[in-house]
Amino acid sequence: MEFFVISLLNGVSYGLLLFMLSSGLTLIFSLMGVLNFAHAAFYMMGAYAAYSLGLKIGFFPALILAPLVVGLLGALVERYGLRTVHPYGHVAELLFTFGLAYLIDEIVKVGWGLTAVPFRVPAALHGPLFTVYATEFPKMRGFMMLVALLMLLAVYLLVTRTRIGLVIQAALTHPHMAEALGHNVPRVFMLVFGGGTALAGLAGVIGGVAFITSPSMADSLVPIMFVVVVVGGMVSLAGSFLASLLIGLIQSFAIGLDWSLGGLLDALGVAVNAHTPLYSLLKLQLSAVAPTLPYLLLVLMLIFRPKGLLGTRAD
Amino acid sequence: MFNLKRAFGALLLSSSLFAGYAHAQTVKIAFTDPLSGFLGPVGVNNMHSWQWIAEVANQEHWAGKLKFEIVPYDNKLSPQETLNVLKRVEDQGIRYIVQGDGSSVALALSHAVTQYNERNPGKEILYLNYAAIDPLLTNGNCSFWHFALDADVDMKMEALTSYLAKDKNIKKVYLINQDYVFGHDVAKAAKEDLARMRPDIQIVGDDFHPLARVKDFSPYVAKIMAAGADTVITGNWGSDLALLIKAAHDAGLKANFYTFYAGTTGVPTAMGSAGADHVFEVAYWNPNNKKFAGADIVKGFKKKYKDDYYTMASYSGIKYLADAFKQTKSTDPVKVAEAMEGMKIQSLNGQEEMRKTDHQNQQELIIGKWVKVNGTTVKFDQENTGYGWETVAEIPAYVGTLPTSCQMKRP
Repeated sequence: MEFFVISLLNGVSYGLLLFMLSSGLTLIFSLMGVLNFAHAAFYMMGAYAAYSLGLKIGFFPALILAPLVVGLLGALVERYGLRTVHPYGHVAELLFTFGLAYLIDEIVKVGWGLTAVPFRVPAALHGPLFTVYATEFPKMRGFMMLVALLMLLAVYLLVTRTRIGLVIQAALTHPHMAEALGHNVPRVFMLVFGGGTALAGLAGVIGGVAFITSPSMADSLVPIMFVVVVVGGMVSLAGSFLASLLIGLIQSFAIGLDWSLGGLLDALGVAVNAHTPLYSLLKLQLSAVAPTLPYLLLVLMLIFRPKGLLGTRAD
Repeated sequence: MFNLKRAFGALLLSSSLFAGYAHAQTVKIAFTDPLSGFLGPVGVNNMHSWQWIAEVANQEHWAGKLKFEIVPYDNKLSPQETLNVLKRVEDQGIRYIVQGDGSSVALALSHAVTQYNERNPGKEILYLNYAAIDPLLTNGNCSFWHFALDADVDMKMEALTSYLAKDKNIKKVYLINQDYVFGHDVAKAAKEDLARMRPDIQIVGDDFHPLARVKDFSPYVAKIMAAGADTVITGNWGSDLALLIKAAHDAGLKANFYTFYAGTTGVPTAMGSAGADHVFEVAYWNPNNKKFAGADIVKGFKKKYKDDYYTMASYSGIKYLADAFKQTKSTDPVKVAEAMEGMKIQSLNGQEEMRKTDHQNQQELIIGKWVKVNGTTVKFDQENTGYGWETVAEIPAYVGTLPTSCQMKRP
C-alpha cells in the first residue's frame, strides 16, 4: 500500500513536470505547425536564467521572471528567425530549430561552464510535505504539482475565456479569415511561440531545481517530450496532459515491479531455468525495461491509433 | 666566450654519454580522453591533473633534467576516435600515451598499442591507463605495454566490502547500477564479495537502469525503501549518481550509499548537503587523508585551474615514469616498461608497486565519508560545497590484492 501511494505520487508529479514541458511544444505545434526541436534547450535556459536571477532576487521572483525572459527570447527568435525561414516550408523551420538547439547548448556551456551549477531548492521548500508510512513526500514535489496545475488552469482560461484566446483559436483553424478580419496573425504566432517557450522556461525552473541544472539536462528529455506530444495527439493540450500522466505513472510503477515473462510462465506451471530457450529474454524484469516503455507506447500508439489519444487529425 | 665554449663542450660530452637521453630534453606524453560533450568536464579535469603534475615534476626535477610535456587529444569517449588519436600520436613520434575514461576505450587502445608495437619495433608506445578499471584489462586481455594505475573493479569492491563487513548493523543491501559492462561488473563483484565475507547480509535488490537517461530516480528510491534496504552499493557516476542521492534524500531514505565515483567532477555540486553523512566513496586517495599528503598539490591545482585535484593516479604515473627514466637513463619505452615491472614508488598514498605479472598497480585504498568541512579531519572541500571527504578507513594494499589470470607476452 505504501509503495502504491508513493508510486502514484511520484508518477503524477513527474507526469505533471512532463506536461509543463510538453504543453508549450504542443501549443506551438498546433498553432504554427512547427516541431520545435529547440524546446528542450529553452527548458534548460529557463533553469539557468532562474539560477542566475535567483542569486540576486531570490527563488520565487526568479520563478516568475525567468520564464518571462525565456519567453521574450522565444518571441525574438520567432520574429527575427523563424518568420524569415517560414516561407521556405516546414523542413526549413525544423532545421532552423534543430540548429538553434545546438546554439543554445553552446551558449549555456560558454556562459555557465561545463559542469552542473549549484541551483538549490529554496529553504521554504526544504523538507517533507507529508509522510506516507515511512516515506517522505518532499515539499518540492508538491510545489511542482501545484505549479503545473496552476499553469494548466491559466493556459486553459487564456485560450477559452479571453479575447486573445479566441483570436488564437481562430488563427489556428482559419488563419486567412482571421487575417481578413483585421487580426495580426504573424503577431499572434509570435505571442504563441513566446508563450510556448515561456512554458518550457517555467518547466526548466522547476526541473532544474528539483533535479540537476547542467548542460546535459535537456538531452535526456528531448525524446520523452516527443513521445508525450505524439501519444497525446500532437495538437491537443488535454491529450498531452493525459499522455504525460500516463507516461509518468507507467514509469513509476514499472520500475517498482519485478515481473518477468519467466515469472509469469512459472506461475502458469511451466518450469523456467537457465536452460530454457530465450532464458535471457524470459528473465528480463519489467523494472529493467521500464525506461523503454514510453517508446513502446509510442510505437503501439502509432500503429493502432495514429492520431493519438485525443488527436483530431483525420486519417 | 670561454664559458660558452665549455658549456657547449659539456653538452656534447653529456649527449654522447647518454645517447637518446640528454637529447630528448622534453618527454612528450599524449593524453587522450573526452574533452568535449557529456563527459567533457571530467576529461578536462583529468587532463589538468596530468598537466599540473608534469609541471610540479619539472619544477622539482623528478627526472633530473628531463621535462615532461602533456599533449592533449580529444577522443570524444569513442574507441574509434581513440584509434585515430593513436595514429596521430604515432605520426608525431610521441612514445607515451595516457588514457582513463571508459573501459571500452581502454580495451581498444590497449589492443591497438600492442599490435602497433609488434609491427613497429624501435617505435614502441607505452600506454598508461589511469582510470579504466575493467578487470579484463589486467587479466584476460593484459598486455606488456599497458600499465593500470587505478585499482580495478574487483579490487575496489574487495576493499569496500572488507570495510562494510565490519558494520554489524548492515542487514539488507541494495545494488543499483548503470546498465552497461561496468555496472554489471560492480554488481557481480558486490554479490560475490558479500556472499564470501558476510553471508548473513541479504541482497534485497539488484537493479540496472539505462546510462545517463533517467531524470527522476524517485521510483527507484521508492523501490529501495519498499525493500527495506539499509545500505546501497552503486557504481553510478555523473548525474546518475547525483540524481540518485538527491532523490534518496528527498524521500527521507536513511540508507548509506557506498560508491566508487561520488568525488568526480560535477557530483559534489549536485549532491551538496543531500549526501551528508550518508555517502561513502572508495578511492586510492583523497585530499583529507590522515597525513594530508598532497596538500600543496591540491592548493596549487585549485589556484591555477579553479578546480579540485582528485586524479592522484597522475602523480603515481609521472612518478613511475620519472623513476624509470632515471633508473634506465633512457626514455626508450621498451627499457622503461621493463624497468617499471615490479617497480616500487612513493606516491601520495604511500608505497605503490607495479605488479610484474599483470601490470596492475598495487596500492592502499581509502574509504571517504561525505561530511561538512570541520578544519581538523576535513580541511579540503570539493567544488566549493563546504563538504568534503573524511577518511574513515585506510585499506592496506594487501587486502585488495587479487590473483590474476594474465599470461603476459613479453617482447
